[in-house]
Amino acid sequence: MERLEFELPSARPAAAGGAPVVVGVVASGNLEILVERAEAPDRCRFAVSTSAHGFGPVWRAVLEDFAARRAVAGLAFSVNDAGATPAVVGLRLEQAAEEFLGAAP
Amino acid sequence: MTTRPERPWDTARRDRLARLERARAVAPERWVEPGRVTALLEAILEPGDRVCIEGDNQKQADFLARALARVDPGRVHDLHLLLSVLALPEHVELFERGVARRLDFSFSGPQGLRLAQLVAARRIEIGAIHTYLELYARYFVDLTPRVALVSALAADREGNLYTGPNTEETPTLVEAAAFKDGLVVAQVDERRERLPRVDIPAGWVDFVTVAPTPSAIEPLFTRDPAMIGEIQILMAMMVVKGLYAEYGVRTLNHGIGFDSAAIELILPTYAEALGLRGRICQHWAVNPHPTLIPAIESGFVRSIHAFGSELGMEAYVAARPDVFFTGRDGSLRSNRALAQTAGLYACDLFIGSTLQVDLAGNSSTATASRITGFGGAPNMGSDARGRRHATDAWVRAGREAPPGPGGMPRGRKLVVQLLETFREHMEPAFVERLDAWALAEKLGWELPPVMIYGDDVTHVVTEEGIANLLLCRTEEERADAIRGVAGYTPVGLGRSRRAVENLRDRGIVRRPEDLGIDPRAATRDLLAARSMKDLVRWSGGRYDPPKRFRRW
Amino acid sequence: MSRAGPPRARRSYREATARRRLAGVLDAGSFEERLGPADRVTSPHLAALDLPVAFDDGVVVGSGRLGGRRVLAASQEGAFLGGGVGEVHGAKLCGILAAALRERPAAVLLLLDTGGVRLQEANAGLVAVSEVMRGVLAARAAGIPVVALIGGGWGCFGGMGIVARCCDTIAMSEEGRLGLSGPDVIEETKGVEELDAADRGLVWRTYGGKHRYLLGEADRLVEDDLDAFRAAAIALASVPRPIGIEALSREHDLLARRLAAHGAATDAAAIWRDLVGATFEELPLLEADEFLRAVGGARLEAR
Repeated sequence: MERLEFELPSARPAAAGGAPVVVGVVASGNLEILVERAEAPDRCRFAVSTSAHGFGPVWRAVLEDFAARRAVAGLAFSVNDAGATPAVVGLRLEQAAEEFLGAAP
Repeated sequence: MTTRPERPWDTARRDRLARLERARAVAPERWVEPGRVTALLEAILEPGDRVCIEGDNQKQADFLARALARVDPGRVHDLHLLLSVLALPEHVELFERGVARRLDFSFSGPQGLRLAQLVAARRIEIGAIHTYLELYARYFVDLTPRVALVSALAADREGNLYTGPNTEETPTLVEAAAFKDGLVVAQVDERRERLPRVDIPAGWVDFVTVAPTPSAIEPLFTRDPAMIGEIQILMAMMVVKGLYAEYGVRTLNHGIGFDSAAIELILPTYAEALGLRGRICQHWAVNPHPTLIPAIESGFVRSIHAFGSELGMEAYVAARPDVFFTGRDGSLRSNRALAQTAGLYACDLFIGSTLQVDLAGNSSTATASRITGFGGAPNMGSDARGRRHATDAWVRAGREAPPGPGGMPRGRKLVVQLLETFREHMEPAFVERLDAWALAEKLGWELPPVMIYGDDVTHVVTEEGIANLLLCRTEEERADAIRGVAGYTPVGLGRSRRAVENLRDRGIVRRPEDLGIDPRAATRDLLAARSMKDLVRWSGGRYDPPKRFRRW
Repeated sequence: MSRAGPPRARRSYREATARRRLAGVLDAGSFEERLGPADRVTSPHLAALDLPVAFDDGVVVGSGRLGGRRVLAASQEGAFLGGGVGEVHGAKLCGILAAALRERPAAVLLLLDTGGVRLQEANAGLVAVSEVMRGVLAARAAGIPVVALIGGGWGCFGGMGIVARCCDTIAMSEEGRLGLSGPDVIEETKGVEELDAADRGLVWRTYGGKHRYLLGEADRLVEDDLDAFRAAAIALASVPRPIGIEALSREHDLLARRLAAHGAATDAAAIWRDLVGATFEELPLLEADEFLRAVGGARLEAR
């Protein structure tokens, strides 16, 4: 497993978010994402554990775009990935953020 | 006036009679015992003959191929084989044993690796790899078969053939051989007193044999809705709203795959909600995809002409003669050559998937170690420059494209490549240089095997959005547009954000939100059928899925 | 032939995730998870093998309400390693069953979707499954009904198949499968003549919900629909089965009679024909409610 960590700037969401939320399943080509509250008010944290080695730059690009596109400051995303493509990762990130924050971010 | 010796003008006819004479010793009448077929072939074949063996990716004259593989290579050798699809191990055996030397074909699925090895070992000479229609065309020009080995469901005593739903290419092959003094040998599943209908008249057939086991038919076009994911549904929504609705696509062909199955399954739901029934997807050149059942039942589809049948769909097709082409007996009549022509000239749009796309929009399914070929895609996935009749879609696409010579306005066929940016195992679908180049270099071919050329492609659709190549005016714009939908592949990451935003302003790149599509709406709830059982329910129990798809 | 047209609107149990199934079966919003993903109680064995872990180790456990009554529940995620039971996963199942003895809920629901023991965890998984069996029987002995729901894509196989049959009652959909050794294992060890795993119709005749129902091993046959499973769970949760010597004797009696009547059959179809008559061939094609009407009282009463 390869472990990657990122801390990225993002806008503050309107809602505070509540209980931790998990979306997705750890199955081949898929991933699960756990979203929890974190302290940093203007950054979001990502901790990725992935079975697909060598895709650090792709993860960075996907997560940077996500943090820029969505207001997710103060959130921590923990990922168990089993080789999902960026398309699936992007989809799950959106689902996770929406479910955690409760409405359209 | 000097007299010259009269040149004979009927050599082929006399040659045919000589072969039939030799055959009489082995098979005194047209019905041949299966155990005598190899001997028959040894009698009627001569070294170097052009022999066509029927077989595309669904139906195969497998028994005749096996019988041919058993001939004495001392008597029958160096044949020139004409095959739509080289699929069977027996086909490969023909080259390994020296029975055949040269090959002209269109597609090779499972044998692609073996084929490449044989070429590398110089055991086989490839004449050319064609599209289906192109190969059929050459049967009437410079590749006419001397002998055609075909497959049918049944024959009667006279030798009339019933090819039924999977008629496919039989009429074309038989026509080429029968009317140029060739010989036609047919394998059938059974002999019947009376045929439901006559697909091939007895006068065109020379020998018939009953195959010990019925020829197997592969259910190639069946896709389980349970396997369709949200990404494919998102892309399907973009295609329906951003292409079919936008251009008013009434006539079309869908290539094989889960991506196109997703489009078919959201017609009764998403397209219906957009008010598109009666305005899109009415006339199809396509096989009887089970995933089309809901769209047919919902009133979207007015007609379908098929290349072949699809296993399990026979009863459903027979119950919907207003939609399908059927014989007086009620069963489907497919015709590959005519369906290919329909796809080429009578359809406003082709949409299909592929393995690799480069920055010019060229696409290929070739890999460095396999010879796979083309099948029918390049034929339908190409602009039909011989077309003249106008439709809204064709005219509008033509207006978006650069004008023709001297500023002459013309129409354009919509040729759409539909694919996710990454394939399985994080293999990027967008590349700087197609693997096709490497294959061509390795095998010494003049041209890299390209499935669809970039200048035929009008749109590229990925999960990131739609790139409209018609509106591009330079090669650079085209490359930027493709990078703009290539996502996080190295090619996509190499994009200039400013260039892509500019293209977005001009509508050349459109993201889901630009089309008014919320990606969160792309859920499996949009599928009119979510399982094989749902398809059976939609069909009123008439669709009978092949075993491997059942969960009941 | 039935009338062609769109299938009834339903929310598929089979397609739903483990969490969604619980949300759909229990009273809306009543589920409270224990040892959830945020607690990160993951498998040390998978980590040692450098394999991906799941934050909840593939099983969701907690408490909630079912028809207003308080229940404990567990739901397996089949997509994670085939629903295989590893050490942590098994401990969560045992834990919820042990909690039942303390908290005395109206029932325990087990939403099973599993191939059995998680092979990567070997003995730890084996031990876990046997402890689950003990936990189920202990809960039942204390008068708490344990209801199994089977309708996921991975079926309920291996040691967990035994667990299912140790429960008071079972509700299955047609898509669900229940067994011990799966079809691939049987084909591989005994040959394709014994069981052709590619013959899907045969597989479902042998392991599927309809056959289990006819044999008397599943108590309810329901549509692949969250609401249908919920209704079955509510009904079954209020009907505990006694677990004393008398009940066991009656069961053995029935098993002996079943063996005498049908033991020679080599395909479920023969049994169906005996039970239902000439219309047996149509049974696989019927919807759940049509199937139940067609079968009537012909089902073998197990207990």
